[in-house]
Amino acid sequence: MSSVTNIDEIKSSPWNGGMSPFSVDYGKIMMWFFLISDAFTFATLLIAYGSIRFSASSWPDPDIVFQSAPFIEGGAPLVFVGIMTFILILSSVTMVLAVEAGHRNAKKEVANWMVWTILGGIAFLGCQAWEWNHLHHQGAWWGMNPFLNADGTIASTNFTNLFFTITGFHGFHVLSGVVLNIIIYFNVLAGTYEKRGHYDMVEKVGLYWHFVDLVWVFVFTFFYLV
Amino acid sequence: MNSSENSTGNSVTVQHETMSKKKIWNVFWILTIITAVEFIIALVLVPKGIFSVGIANPLYIILTLMKAFYIVAFFMHLKFEKLTLIYSIAIPILFIVALIVAMLYEGNYWFDIR
Repeated sequence: MSSVTNIDEIKSSPWNGGMSPFSVDYGKIMMWFFLISDAFTFATLLIAYGSIRFSASSWPDPDIVFQSAPFIEGGAPLVFVGIMTFILILSSVTMVLAVEAGHRNAKKEVANWMVWTILGGIAFLGCQAWEWNHLHHQGAWWGMNPFLNADGTIASTNFTNLFFTITGFHGFHVLSGVVLNIIIYFNVLAGTYEKRGHYDMVEKVGLYWHFVDLVWVFVFTFFYLV
Repeated sequence: MNSSENSTGNSVTVQHETMSKKKIWNVFWILTIITAVEFIIALVLVPKGIFSVGIANPLYIILTLMKAFYIVAFFMHLKFEKLTLIYSIAIPILFIVALIVAMLYEGNYWFDIR
């Protein structure tokens, strides 16, 4: 009879079913796995950039190409992109603060931090629009490269093609993130998550928003610094 | 069967360690300082010839990976998740590392035969 009691025994280890083995809910795991796939997409773009740059005899100097900033006569290298990086890091911080407020079910605080996050995203997009517009006026676009290589030779269009494709793809992610954040913001205001009893949706969209910041950290390094 | 309350939707989310406001701002300062160090290298140390590009570039990459760690571990909360989840997210990234090594090697080869 003892074998019967063994079968009837309730199995409680994480992998025996009935609960999430990762102890996070389904949506969050799916967001993580989406982000992995997105990481692969960005990685292939950046690796293409890396291998093309490695195979080139010379490459445009980023300190010269990206030295323009509004309000600065003659330009200053890295200043403008530094501001963009700072904005994105800051909006990531306000996003975690929204998540933190969500854990305390503080509706008003979540809404406030979401507003700051959305404003950060819009500010970043505005900066990028300015930069693209400025580069376009200098004659840079897909298939057009007015910049010389660092050694004075004529550069291929690989530089501008990769720059506009990669920052454009990233900017599109920022735009989607801003749209998602706005949806979350209105849901918070409408009390959707208050009724649900938890603010997990803020966390899930937060993961996406941090990922956008994460990708920018790499784009910044490989386009503007190296 | 008695544990059915565990299986309903979101109640599985155990209230684990979370980020306090203080910790969040600490991570913010770490990220800001790392970025500032990158700027000092790019705008002061390299132009003045204190660091060569051969030293600066690996440093940029190390600092970038440090920033990535802080964002993923603390902002994305991965450090506080279960070990199995951490591994299932971190291990696939090794494929990216493999592709980086392979493609940069290939790029170098093209440079050599040109």
